[in-house]
Amino acid sequence: MMRDVLAAFVLLNVVVLIVTYLTYVERKFAARMQSRIGPYRVGRPHGWLQPIADAIKLLIKEDIVPALADRPVYNLAPIVFLLPSLLIFATIPFAPGLGLADLNIGILFFLAVSSLEIVGLFMGGWGSNNKYALLSAMRAVNQIISYEVPFVVTALIPVLLAGSLKLSTIVQAQEGLWFVAYPVIGQLAFVAFIVATIASENRVPFDILEAESELVAGFRVEYSGMKFALIQLAEYTHMFGVSCLGALLFLGGWLGPGLPGWAWFLLKALFIFLLVTWVRWSFVRIRVDQILGLSWKVLLPATLVLLMATGFWVALGGGHVA
Amino acid sequence: MSEYLAVLIYAAFIIAFAVISLGVAALLRPTRSYAAKLQNYECGAEPIGEAWVQFPVGFYLVALVFLLFDVLAIFLFPWALVLRELGLAAFWTMALFLFILLLGWLYAYREGILEWK
Repeated sequence: MMRDVLAAFVLLNVVVLIVTYLTYVERKFAARMQSRIGPYRVGRPHGWLQPIADAIKLLIKEDIVPALADRPVYNLAPIVFLLPSLLIFATIPFAPGLGLADLNIGILFFLAVSSLEIVGLFMGGWGSNNKYALLSAMRAVNQIISYEVPFVVTALIPVLLAGSLKLSTIVQAQEGLWFVAYPVIGQLAFVAFIVATIASENRVPFDILEAESELVAGFRVEYSGMKFALIQLAEYTHMFGVSCLGALLFLGGWLGPGLPGWAWFLLKALFIFLLVTWVRWSFVRIRVDQILGLSWKVLLPATLVLLMATGFWVALGGGHVA
Repeated sequence: MSEYLAVLIYAAFIIAFAVISLGVAALLRPTRSYAAKLQNYECGAEPIGEAWVQFPVGFYLVALVFLLFDVLAIFLFPWALVLRELGLAAFWTMALFLFILLLGWLYAYREGILEWK
């Protein structure tokens, strides 16, 4: 019991700290891609105190609740949005034995909880009583549920290969051969996983729900101060959580020579995060009909065919068991 | 079950974190509101009417198709877990199930539900 309380407290702090600095990493990375310097002034060298400064600034900003807003829904939305984003880390093993709870149904728990974020998002968009926010929330639900199925199906391919829903067992099954290197199946599944990740995280080129040029800031347009900070934190946490899942499913989690396990794991998660950021700053936004067409007409049939091909291979006795 | 207790404690910590940070912000921040500031943002113009309006039926159709395939995903989880032991028989069972779903998908395609209008 005491161990659980302590572990939960440490995990929460570590995740929030990592995610806070992830915003810094993204800003620096984006700046470099655009031949800028990025945050530089606050804290030498290279403005490393910038995320802390941002947090303090948002903490002491005035909180404006629109007079027409649905107050209970509006106020509750940031908390409902944050809860699933942070809760998905409960089942992630950072290294052998280093994790809060290595559930037997780890990946099922992860997928089930992570898709709950849409509730908080829609509450925020609806409660604001703002046309931009509501349009954005509608688009968000539409897009996220469209990419939910391909996302789940691609996440099932490593499960098939490893024959377990437990995340640590899936990692152990990749000893010697990470699933991303698994002939044909691994590469196709990884590409589909990245596409579904970008879409379900609403990153460019799938960012119609917060398209700055048409919807201002999307569903969070009416939020300010600490509520805005919680929403931003939740978004980045969710992105980082899905990066962690990708590292566990395809890149062999903590496996790797030399460095300690958790360092390998964080490096791999950072790699996926930067991959998504790289796409974000390289492509233009696509239209809503293109987004839905890609999901329902291309990605869904393609991932299902890939799943059945993997299933056939496993039923014949293929795959890697730990 | 003790693992789930840890998850529950963690969830309680998350909620406490959100509530406490909002509470601290409430103590530190200034409150200087006036009517114009509390208006809904509509690019500086006076907001016209409410935001809660009717929305296109297309959203419902997407949600319906999603439900269909999400139920499929639920069936896929136990199947993926035991496929190795059950072998080809389980594979062909799922293939038959997917074939029936494929017919539904083709119908939706032909009816133009998968097109965004």
